[in-house]
Amino acid sequence: MSTDTIVKLPDQATARMPKVSYLNKEHGILSWLLTGDHKRIAMLYLISLTFFFFIGGAMAGLIRLELLTPQSDLMAMDTYNKVFTMHGVIMIFFFLVPSVPATLGNFLIPMMIGAKDLALPKINLLSWYLYMAGGALALYAMITGGVDTGWTFTTPLSTHYVNTNVITTGLAAFIAGFSSIFTGLNFIVTIHRMRAPGMTWFRLPLYVWSHYAASVLMVLGTPVVAIAIVLVALERTIGIGVFDPTKGGDPLLFQHLFWFYSHPAVYIMILPGMGVVSEVVSTFSRKRVFGYTAVAFSSVAIAIFGFFVWAHHMYIMGLSNYSALLFSLLTMLVAVPSAIKIFNWAFTLYKGSITFETPMLYAFGFMGLFTIGGLTGVFLGVSGTDIHLTETYFIVAHFHFVMVGGMLMAFLAGIHFWWPKMTGRMYPEKISQLAAVTTFIGFNFTFFPQFMLGMLGMPRRYASYPAEFQILNVFSTAGASVLGVGYLLPVLYLVWSLKYGAIAGNNPWQATGLEWQTQSPPLTENFEKLPIVDHDAYDYEWLERQNQIQASEVSSVR
Amino acid sequence: MSHISPVIWQFLVKWMTNFAIIPPEASKIASEMDALLFFMTLVSLFGLTVVIILLVTFSSLYSRERHPVAEQIEGSTLLEATWTIIPLGLFLVMFVWGATIYFRVFTPPPNAMKIYVVGKQWMWKAEHPGGQHEINALHVPTGQPVELILISQDVFHSFSVPAFRVKREAIPGRYNTVWFEATAPGTYHLFCTQYCGTAHSVMGGDVVVQTPEDYQKWLAQSTSGTSLAQNGERIFSSLSCAACHNDRPDARGPNLANVYGAKLPLANGRTAVVDDEFLRNAILNPSQHLTEGYAPIMPTYQGQISEEGIISLIEYIKNLDSNYRIQQTMTTPDLLPESHGKAAPAAQGVK
Repeated sequence: MSTDTIVKLPDQATARMPKVSYLNKEHGILSWLLTGDHKRIAMLYLISLTFFFFIGGAMAGLIRLELLTPQSDLMAMDTYNKVFTMHGVIMIFFFLVPSVPATLGNFLIPMMIGAKDLALPKINLLSWYLYMAGGALALYAMITGGVDTGWTFTTPLSTHYVNTNVITTGLAAFIAGFSSIFTGLNFIVTIHRMRAPGMTWFRLPLYVWSHYAASVLMVLGTPVVAIAIVLVALERTIGIGVFDPTKGGDPLLFQHLFWFYSHPAVYIMILPGMGVVSEVVSTFSRKRVFGYTAVAFSSVAIAIFGFFVWAHHMYIMGLSNYSALLFSLLTMLVAVPSAIKIFNWAFTLYKGSITFETPMLYAFGFMGLFTIGGLTGVFLGVSGTDIHLTETYFIVAHFHFVMVGGMLMAFLAGIHFWWPKMTGRMYPEKISQLAAVTTFIGFNFTFFPQFMLGMLGMPRRYASYPAEFQILNVFSTAGASVLGVGYLLPVLYLVWSLKYGAIAGNNPWQATGLEWQTQSPPLTENFEKLPIVDHDAYDYEWLERQNQIQASEVSSVR
Repeated sequence: MSHISPVIWQFLVKWMTNFAIIPPEASKIASEMDALLFFMTLVSLFGLTVVIILLVTFSSLYSRERHPVAEQIEGSTLLEATWTIIPLGLFLVMFVWGATIYFRVFTPPPNAMKIYVVGKQWMWKAEHPGGQHEINALHVPTGQPVELILISQDVFHSFSVPAFRVKREAIPGRYNTVWFEATAPGTYHLFCTQYCGTAHSVMGGDVVVQTPEDYQKWLAQSTSGTSLAQNGERIFSSLSCAACHNDRPDARGPNLANVYGAKLPLANGRTAVVDDEFLRNAILNPSQHLTEGYAPIMPTYQGQISEEGIISLIEYIKNLDSNYRIQQTMTTPDLLPESHGKAAPAAQGVK
């Protein structure tokens, strides 16, 4: 692998961190807890998300340990059911959905479009408090007995047949849902109203396009799952019977309502990650993203088609054959924009000038794993093959390839890429490259065997399983321990870098985004003077001209 | 090597000797499903290979060392069209191929042998028309299409037989059907694949595929003495259904002889085809399924008959091809031990 690098750091002997930045403008815990600054809120999110990620990760560790042996021996079956439920609830509602948008999106969207803040700073802070309230409630539900419905809250199991903390957990997801609605709303308003002069829609970085598409999904989809949760609570408490066939209700209705949100939710999770990959691939190949408009419109296409494929989760539940036909066809259509993105990123490399720093390694990981995740999604979207594969480990492997292999890789790519901007310091390159490679290897060892288990028919959510599936499960558990190391390493060296990392300067990657044209860490107002945009996104020639102008200014001053 | 790490060694040996990527093929549809899975795997591997080759080739050709200055390229409509149309075309082939399999799996042939399956926390109960009951097991013959009519008594369950490549949810409140034709005698896994609570992972058992001769033997050994229809007749009598559903000119309910499969004009102006689903609904929710010309006097039997009881009733009504049997039931009540003391509440002894 090439060791060449694009990193351009200021002379460490003379470089100083900026005197004033958003990090030190105000002091004290209250200045953080009552802040309206999108960057500080992003940092609050980053800390809380990381906390929830490791709680969910610990659950995953317990699941893999239990599955090391065919018997249900590490914990009782009820405990296992609670552990995988809480793993799903925490990872989806408190990590994956908010991950990129609430941290990197919050931090970067105003900076990328040349604004001082989001349009609604107080709503932004409120959405963090809602997130924390929801998270605290979920933890409370977990500690006081947990919940064992699966994260899908399937009725009538959730309404009539379990007596665990269903309503508390549902309420936690409900509240976190409002956090997500507010974030989406804030992004939409900001992107419409706050773009700097000259920042037209087709000059926006693709990161902003993908967040815009995800925000539309958040605002339109989340209320539906909120309604579904309220109906479950009403059914549990006063028995309104909407989902109860003995009262004339229909249990399939819950499936429709739930997946009407929860399918678009997977695009809420993955679209922002795709935005990160666009930025990273462009920067580390020094090239404009190939087919900018195709990539931008593919995000919009995913957002639109994403709303019309939900029933592909229900092929074997008793849909009419013809609605299965229609939903299967629509699912084929939504697969295409993802393929378009992958090929455009690949061709961005063509005739570029590529370096392989950590964010780029994670982006490569994303492209490989997301391709597998996407293609196996087609196996589940095709109605015939879904019959054999659904509700098995194949589906578990598929969505972990998309969510963990895709989204988490993108999240880590983004965290490393913008770390110097957020903190003013570089992370250590060698060890973080090692962490990226470890994650990739550990990931494949964990989840690839699960595709084979699913093909063989091993059902998901099983605390015990037939002995013939053990060997593949042992591979998977072994891989998970490697994966765990891959996730712990960044926490250690990123914290280390806060004090000992090299001073990054404004633009260590020589990237073109507006966020890189200001100091690191930025001022509370982001820019000393509001930028005027006269160039397209990813215009590296413009950046070079800027650098020349600055250089000549410096020399003329001398 | 084996002295270095015996555990790992044993595992590898075991894995290599038992290696399989698909379950055994034990039904007619299995080989068709596998053909499509094979095709899709090939296409996916091809697609993945293309992506990997592009990434690796470009990464090495255009690394900063070899290619210090990037050339800016806007894009290419031709290429965009290529990677839109080719994947779309391939996906559409998969879609059509998959849909033909889907329609086959969920469209039972008319000559299929019907077995009712009731799912409940946490067991599968199979009811054969001849009255054989099985729990967490299913015996079927080779060479004969078998239609399963599935319903759940409580939460969602899912009846999965990987060796048949067939899976169908059993949900409360409605019948779902699926069919298969077993081809290879043997014992195969039966799983519940829809998460259903505490003992989800042990809700399953064996599907035993037998030759027709062995299957006949099994049927004879396992008989409970009463066929489903006979059991239904007993329930029909103990619930006093024939008090209204008879062939008298002044009968308060429609005559049920020959009703199964007929088109029935309803009081709300619609026409219903009388099938299992309709009969179940008409028993549990009669006011919404009133036959034209009759008064809404039938009470609901919701909560009074178990799912197995309803299945027996349906099976009985299905076999009524004249009103003779109803007459029999009415005129010879003393033959049936349950109907002593007819005035007792209708639900007696049925649940």
